[in-house]
Amino acid sequence: MNNVQSKKRANQKGLPFFVRDAFRVCFVIIFISTILLISTFSFDIVPPILNRGIQPVTFPKGLLILIISLTLIVYYLSLKNPWKIEKKLPKPFFITLLNFVLFVVISKFLDFFLAISVLSVLVSYYWGERRILYLIMVSIIFPIIVFIFFETILGLRFPPGIITNLYYY
Amino acid sequence: MENLSLMMAPLFSSKLLIVLLLGTLFGLILGVLPGLGPTTGGALILPFTMTLDPLSAIVLLTTIYCAGTYGGAITAVLINTPGTPAAAATCLDGYPLAQKGEAGRALGMATVSSVVGGIFSVIVLVFFAPFLAKLAYEFGQPEYFALAIFGLTMLASIGDGSPIKNLIAGAFGILISTIGKDFMTSIDRFTYGINELSEGIGFIPVVVGLFAMSEMLIQSTLLNQIFKRVALKAVKLPTLEDYKTTWKTILRSSGIGSFIGVLPAEGGTVASLIGYSEAKRWSKKPDEFGKGSIEGIAGAEAANNAATGGAMVPTLALGIPGSATTAVILTGLIIHGVRPGPDLFREQPEFLYGIFGAMLIANIMFFILGFFGAKIFARITLVPNKLLWPMIFAVSVCGTYSLSQSMLDVWIMLLFGAIGFFMRRYGFSVVPVIIGLILGELVEGTLRQSIVIFDGNWLLFLTRPIALTFFILSLIALIFPLLKKKRT
Repeated sequence: MNNVQSKKRANQKGLPFFVRDAFRVCFVIIFISTILLISTFSFDIVPPILNRGIQPVTFPKGLLILIISLTLIVYYLSLKNPWKIEKKLPKPFFITLLNFVLFVVISKFLDFFLAISVLSVLVSYYWGERRILYLIMVSIIFPIIVFIFFETILGLRFPPGIITNLYYY
Repeated sequence: MENLSLMMAPLFSSKLLIVLLLGTLFGLILGVLPGLGPTTGGALILPFTMTLDPLSAIVLLTTIYCAGTYGGAITAVLINTPGTPAAAATCLDGYPLAQKGEAGRALGMATVSSVVGGIFSVIVLVFFAPFLAKLAYEFGQPEYFALAIFGLTMLASIGDGSPIKNLIAGAFGILISTIGKDFMTSIDRFTYGINELSEGIGFIPVVVGLFAMSEMLIQSTLLNQIFKRVALKAVKLPTLEDYKTTWKTILRSSGIGSFIGVLPAEGGTVASLIGYSEAKRWSKKPDEFGKGSIEGIAGAEAANNAATGGAMVPTLALGIPGSATTAVILTGLIIHGVRPGPDLFREQPEFLYGIFGAMLIANIMFFILGFFGAKIFARITLVPNKLLWPMIFAVSVCGTYSLSQSMLDVWIMLLFGAIGFFMRRYGFSVVPVIIGLILGELVEGTLRQSIVIFDGNWLLFLTRPIALTFFILSLIALIFPLLKKKRT
């Protein structure tokens, strides 16, 4: 087992630095942190007379510098001890992730309930479910039960949409 | 004596008994299902607790915590997959023993040692939490700051992920807590003109995203995985010989688990790993470990359940979560208007001892349900992921939406699902993010108030003995895992 892992690590050592996982992950963290750090310079400054202790910007700035520094250490350590190569992500992962995006779009522009139903049926189908009855159960019957449960027990009002409006009016 | 009668109060309330029964059932189901668990379950159930009174709500959450931690052992023994991370060490000997045709014996030992560990930790909780609460009266802002820093540095040594990666995740959690209006000056931070962000990012969308949604994405990569299930006829109580072999291990692991649980941010996962390795170290037959040792099961299970009571100690006495699940319980307390800390012990003893009593009863309940119902609970794992996860998704989005009735919360949950997936893929634990998020306001608030007290002189932190002790402990907490890793 250990031999397999060291082989995998050795393989990663042979790759150009910019395709290694460690570089890509550390780059993304540092890139986002730097953008956030730059954005902190636009935060309002409290006049000295109202300021208690430190400026509100100081704490997040310090945190971002800490994150960048620690990430650089992680990258430096990865040069000595490369990360193991992760398996390529399979198609169902990307489909599921795409469904998350689809959920946001449908819930924003059409309907919250419809968005849940669409995601449920698509995920269930692409994960291998082909039986119509089960697809209906997962995408229509179960969300209806959940909706009614939240609506009656918690007195929740769901956001308006083409299907939800039919229920409310 | 008065406290004992307060502890027994849940026994005489039919409402609390129903809550305890439902919590145990729900906790066992969550514990059995790999990828879910008491943290996600607690976060999902949190909106429903709004319909309950504060005591019933917290009793429900703590019962889910206790039963869920035990429930992980059922899947660990029968399909070699820990239902919860805390049951990972149980797989090492539970599954091999089950393969030898002794699944009932393995589960029986797991059940008994879990109950002993759980009850032991409740006793620790009853005696130690009030003591810690009294001590907390000595704490000022600098001491609370030092304590919160200690809690955060402890993240370096939690189970999965490298120490530095855990610290990055913890800092990320604190960073999330700074989003919104600054609580001292009302200046916007990281809101970028989005009004809904002024209130900050809620705890529930982040927890559900990082745990449930990221797990859904992980499950999408494991669709072809085949579990080899071991048949279970019935759970068997350990024999006299088993008790003779394991009683010392169970007691030792109960002590270890309770102690680890008390440490801020550490939880059942670390406790079970240490409990297991100590069981091996002290065993007369260490060669049998990994091949179906009954001591291995007892060591891991007693420790992870003992951590439940231990983790409640800093949560209730100081308002510092002892684990990811207690962070959810802490949120539940705050939502219900209960402020954890020393004053709670003085002003609401009936509330606190009600929780202690409920935890005690929960341990007995999951013993009964686990003993007689393990076979049925094991069947829950037969629900295929292609049906289970879309249903979990529906509950997650509705639950997340329900707390603030904000669609932004739902989108944040999905975003954190993706972030959590990539964090876990590249070895960053998501638990530190949760702990960082919940401690963030405390860290920043106490730091800024301390600076005001010290008139800007940071060195004055070192003149406070309690704060200095916590800083030294923080240094040890940082250096120890790094040295250990280097030696490994």
